[in-house]
Amino acid sequence: MKRILIQDTNGDQKKALRDFSVSFTTQLRERGLSDAAQVVTVADIGVYNKGIVAKILPEGFIYVNLDAARIGEIIEKTIQKGEKVQDLLLDKKNKQMRLGLRNCGVIDPESIEEYIAVDGYQGLAKALAMGPEKVIEEMKKAGLRGRGGAGFPTWMKWNITRGIKGDLKYIICNGDEGDPGAYMDRSVLEGDPHSVIEGMMIGGLAIGATQGIFYIRAEYPLAVARIQKAIDVCYTKGLLGKNILGSSFNFDIEIRLGAGAFVCGEETALIASVEGLRGYPRPRPPFPSVKGLWGKPTVINNVETLANISYILFHGGEAFGKIGVEGSTGTKVFALTGKVRNSGLVEVPMGITLREIVFDIGGGVFENRKIKAIQTGGPSGGVIPEQFFDTPVGYESLQKLGSIMGSGGMIVLDENDCAVDISKFYLGFCVDESCGKCAPCRIGGTQMLVILKKISEGKGTEDDLKKLEQIAQAMQKASLCGLGQTAPNPVLSTLKYFMAEYRAHVIDHKCPSGKCASLVSYSINKEKCTGCGMCARVCPADAITGTRQEKYTIDAAKCISCGQCFDVCKFTAVIRQ
Amino acid sequence: MVVENLVNDVKEVVTRWKDKEGNLIMILHDIQDRYGYVPREAALEVSRQSDSPLARIYEVLTFYNYFKLQPPGRFNISVCLGTACYLKGAPALIDEIRHLLHVEEGATTKDGIFHLQIVRCLGCCGLAPVITVDEKVYSAVKRADVAGIIAEHSKAVSKN
Repeated sequence: MKRILIQDTNGDQKKALRDFSVSFTTQLRERGLSDAAQVVTVADIGVYNKGIVAKILPEGFIYVNLDAARIGEIIEKTIQKGEKVQDLLLDKKNKQMRLGLRNCGVIDPESIEEYIAVDGYQGLAKALAMGPEKVIEEMKKAGLRGRGGAGFPTWMKWNITRGIKGDLKYIICNGDEGDPGAYMDRSVLEGDPHSVIEGMMIGGLAIGATQGIFYIRAEYPLAVARIQKAIDVCYTKGLLGKNILGSSFNFDIEIRLGAGAFVCGEETALIASVEGLRGYPRPRPPFPSVKGLWGKPTVINNVETLANISYILFHGGEAFGKIGVEGSTGTKVFALTGKVRNSGLVEVPMGITLREIVFDIGGGVFENRKIKAIQTGGPSGGVIPEQFFDTPVGYESLQKLGSIMGSGGMIVLDENDCAVDISKFYLGFCVDESCGKCAPCRIGGTQMLVILKKISEGKGTEDDLKKLEQIAQAMQKASLCGLGQTAPNPVLSTLKYFMAEYRAHVIDHKCPSGKCASLVSYSINKEKCTGCGMCARVCPADAITGTRQEKYTIDAAKCISCGQCFDVCKFTAVIRQ
Repeated sequence: MVVENLVNDVKEVVTRWKDKEGNLIMILHDIQDRYGYVPREAALEVSRQSDSPLARIYEVLTFYNYFKLQPPGRFNISVCLGTACYLKGAPALIDEIRHLLHVEEGATTKDGIFHLQIVRCLGCCGLAPVITVDEKVYSAVKRADVAGIIAEHSKAVSKN
């Protein structure tokens, strides 16, 4: 049976959609096709501002700007014969490209047979035939850079560790995805565990390691279970252990669990945690590539990085290097979330513009609100306001804007989000997660948070804005590890782009987006009020009283500025100031 | 808690990990998986059997958020406060739960039924804001939905 999903994607043709649906069903019945197809009205079809849209399943054809006159044709061609109606088809260039996520949702992650059927472990076979030097050479051609955030070239990392003499070396997969708002690592670990294992083995071969360790958040139990299952089956198939695939390469893998500490995403802290200690970072140098886990040379690669490696070895570094742009090759997975219509994981070639990601793939923001900015890089990153959305995605291009690529969180902010509030949120996160070992991060973060709280309550002064910048710079320069060095970034980037908003808080004591509760007050416009009483019903403080005749009023003394009346009023009678 | 069982449980866990270096965190994970938290008695027992000072064990236990030192409630409500959930109204959900259950974050209701915890990111930002009650995930939760979610579970308790 076919399904015809329909939606009015402009949001203003309710009646036309209903007529379309009825007419479609009637015509199906007249032709005796009622059991062959079903019309379903859906809430979000993933296409926007294209009139009435129909998606025909299982074929997946998407028809746009429809009217009832075309129904007959659709039934004859598509429903009865399974053919396309060419001129109605959505002209959709697929802007996404799946490398890291290539098998996610495509194969059964618990079946090694299915992974092998899609050329799995072929990259490893090639690597074994090539030998370590050539593997690193191939990685150099590919130009793959670390997908965990910092973007250090993977081949260089491997080459350094390869050059260090040592009887025992380690390769660790950093699966401690702690950045709030990012979940691509979890998806890869759960959806395609073998590709990460294969990448780790190739890395192990290249650097001369015989032991691999997966460090995965305990909060991701399914990811842990799937990786464990994949490791077990690899041992039974001779893909792990001694003399892998008949070569002289020996490799073992085990899993260690994280325990909920964001700082453990930092390399040296991660190593301490694998060693069973508190996740305190250490001063560098010595870098882990020289002296890492148990004092041995150690490479730490991110999940997404490893998932790309088997692809590179199988298809060749040159082919990979052609994807993306100079200096930033390949693709990047982003977790596109926040106030965007189509949220979820997207994988795009580097060099695509932010606008294409947010609008063409994400469908823009809800309810025609104004988009304000995107935030990338999580607590270590910054905001990028709308005027820079035509910037192509790359490590350097985002850095120039005061943000970072990061691990791939991309959070869309609209006009209702306040710059002060969002930087307070991120800084609060870092203060919570600071390990407390070094003073700049421990004290600096706390003091900045105190100032931001003051500002959001309307008690800040212009002097506070200067202080914020001073402390931020001190933290960047003097903190021991990446957490402290980057914690002020969200504050600095919002100061840079949304200074006017900060000034509105400290000078006018107003929050322009109405987010900071202590700076907004609510009242009711009696002319617009219909007396429906919805506001009074939802008010948790019983601050709203009135009757249908007299209309309603808010008692400012009782009001707690929660904004529920504002959200619930259908007649825009509640005023926020 | 039967002390004898606890000694055996700890023995089993410690034996499983004894050949691995840096095993303390993994031992504590196994213990928490079994009891839902790490009881003080178990920590003492680990200290005895693995011959490491109690301070060394608590040093680790108190550093990592994941380890709980208090028994959890019958149901664990986790409210995600990742960025996406935060922007889409998770703070209001926390308020509502506090209000309805008279419970603060990280604490258990007096009847021991609900434990409220705030988590950083559940890794399903596409569904924001998200609440989980034990393994069950509630997505795109609105303030008005909270009472229903709680009722669903308190009903289950009163039936039994």
